Amino acid sequence: MKLAYSIAKRFLGYNKGQTILIAVGIAIGVSVQIFIGLLITGLQDSLIDKTVGSTPHITITQEDETSFEEFMIDGGSFTAVAYQAEGPAFALSENDDASVLLRGLSADGDKLYKLSEKLIEGRMPSAMNEVILGSGLSEKLDVSLNDELTLRTITNQSVVVNIVGIVDLKVDAINNSWVLATLATAQSLFELKDEITSIAIQVEDVFEADVLAEGIMTFERVNEQNLSVVNWKDQNEDLLSGLNGQSISSLMIQVFVLVSVVLGIASVLAITVLQKSKQIGILKAMGITDKTASWIFLFQGLLLGFWGAILGVLFGVGLLLSFTTFARNPDGSALIPIAFDPVFIAFSGSIAIFSALLASFIPAQRSKKLSPIEVIRNG
Amino acid sequence: MDNILELKNITKFYGDKIKTQVLFGLDLSFERGSFNSIIGQSGSGKSTLLNILGTLDRPTDGDIIINGKNTKTLNANALSQLRNENLGFIFQFHYLLPEFTALENILMPVRILGKKIDKEVMARAEELIELVGLSKVKNNLATQMSGGQQQRTAIARALMNQASIILADEPTGNLDSDTTEQIYDLMRMINKKYQTTFIIITHDQSVAEKTDRIIEIKDGRILMDVRKK
Ligand SMILES: Nc1ncnc2c1ncn2[C@@H]1O[C@H](COP(=O)(O)OP(=O)(O)OP(=O)(O)O)[C@@H](O)[C@H]1O
Ligand SMILES: [Mg+2]
Repeated sequence: MKLAYSIAKRFLGYNKGQTILIAVGIAIGVSVQIFIGLLITGLQDSLIDKTVGSTPHITITQEDETSFEEFMIDGGSFTAVAYQAEGPAFALSENDDASVLLRGLSADGDKLYKLSEKLIEGRMPSAMNEVILGSGLSEKLDVSLNDELTLRTITNQSVVVNIVGIVDLKVDAINNSWVLATLATAQSLFELKDEITSIAIQVEDVFEADVLAEGIMTFERVNEQNLSVVNWKDQNEDLLSGLNGQSISSLMIQVFVLVSVVLGIASVLAITVLQKSKQIGILKAMGITDKTASWIFLFQGLLLGFWGAILGVLFGVGLLLSFTTFARNPDGSALIPIAFDPVFIAFSGSIAIFSALLASFIPAQRSKKLSPIEVIRNG
Repeated sequence: MDNILELKNITKFYGDKIKTQVLFGLDLSFERGSFNSIIGQSGSGKSTLLNILGTLDRPTDGDIIINGKNTKTLNANALSQLRNENLGFIFQFHYLLPEFTALENILMPVRILGKKIDKEVMARAEELIELVGLSKVKNNLATQMSGGQQQRTAIARALMNQASIILADEPTGNLDSDTTEQIYDLMRMINKKYQTTFIIITHDQSVAEKTDRIIEIKDGRILMDVRKK
């Protein structure tokens, strides 16, 4: 075994050019796989983050859109559970008026909608009758921080609130209509007492949302109050099938790259058996066993796979780094935030090593069959 | 007499469909420490015989007994081990491993045996290198040596595991007459020093005449078997 390894190393070292060529071939395969794999994952992650990163993944409402009693939802899979009381209202400032959507949020609302991150000025509402407005709405009403605003419901309840913050909600439609307050503020204005109109939930793994939603549907309180549970996947089927198609094509590319790498190594190693058949014959005449002879080629495959994988990981990561460094948005942020997934990188490297080993099985088998007499007879 | 190697009724056919018989029921035995040559016309079956003697090839029929062990029943691994421990080969085209230096080539049989390259082994290698006169080029790759030096490396390699039998197929076939003389003297000296049995195929009449026994093969049969002394 040790002998086979040292002969393998020597053979590879003796044909340096050829060795480097194969290793680089494997490396290119690995780096393409890493680059494509992580690029697509990064693209999908950022797309998903943009789509559902700051919206509820699961929403619980009353079927008839009325209010219901709040109940506890917790568990490790849920990263944010916001209790909401919301309804249409009319906002009047000194200068103008507008139809708005008033949404009262419990503590987790900030986390779920990433409000603190999106605040342009001011702070989050914390006390009764404090609100923050979408930036579009604040322009429309011509109000600024610390101004007062009157909110009136369709049932003609009204309240005067303080603007403690302006928030940029990114999407025009909600930027122009949302007024956000504490849960208590909204409950009092809409005369809901302790009741709420919806529960918005974010989950750890967005793709688990449908399964978790089904779990929630079995809750006693959900059945009792006849609540409806919807998750983002039901509402985004096009996006999901798009992502799925992308994943499949990325996988296909990876598989084809892999297949060509394996074929490449196998054919080159097959040639090296021919190149080294004389040496194998001599070694066998000296008494090397068939098993040791075949291990020489397995070790060659392993060594090539190992160095190819290391080189490939370096290439791949280098490629990704330069891509994230040079492909940038006008604002300087990375065009595609690539996730450096060490598990995927290690996986890709191990696949290369494994395929190289696999590819060396044929030449190893051939070397086993090689008889010293052939070599001695034919020079 | 103590026979190190015995052949009993060896026949050899080549080919699957069209069978050509190359060896016709040979009986031969070689004494321990003897120095033998095999001569004969080209195509008479000398190499075929030597390869069968060396267990590199199997006879179609007959028995080969090496050091009292019948090789017929041995499997490939056991044959490999037998070759490694008892037999040394020297061929016309020396067959060194070009990726390794002279010293590494000489040490290879020991590594195949699975023994550590310790001080004792190194001392033996150095002694053999000295003996065959390769001290100056021992760290050269096989390809960086002259034909004679390569052949001497092959001889040292054949001796490394203290092989009791050295099989040589035209070892001086492509060397000039001076070098041929040197190689022959070297083999003779080793034969005397270590009591190694030599079986040498040669075309060179002068080489054959210096051996203790000349076996002539003709068309796969023993034509003549002459012992000196
Ligand atoms: N693999 C083979 N298949 C068929 N016939 C073979 C094979 N090897 C050798 N022969 C035949 O066997 C006969 C003996 O060959 P061998 O090589 O033993 O001769 P030799 O005495 O060593 O000749 P030379 O002096 O030229 O080396 C020849 O007629 C040769 O054609
Ligand atoms: Mg011959």
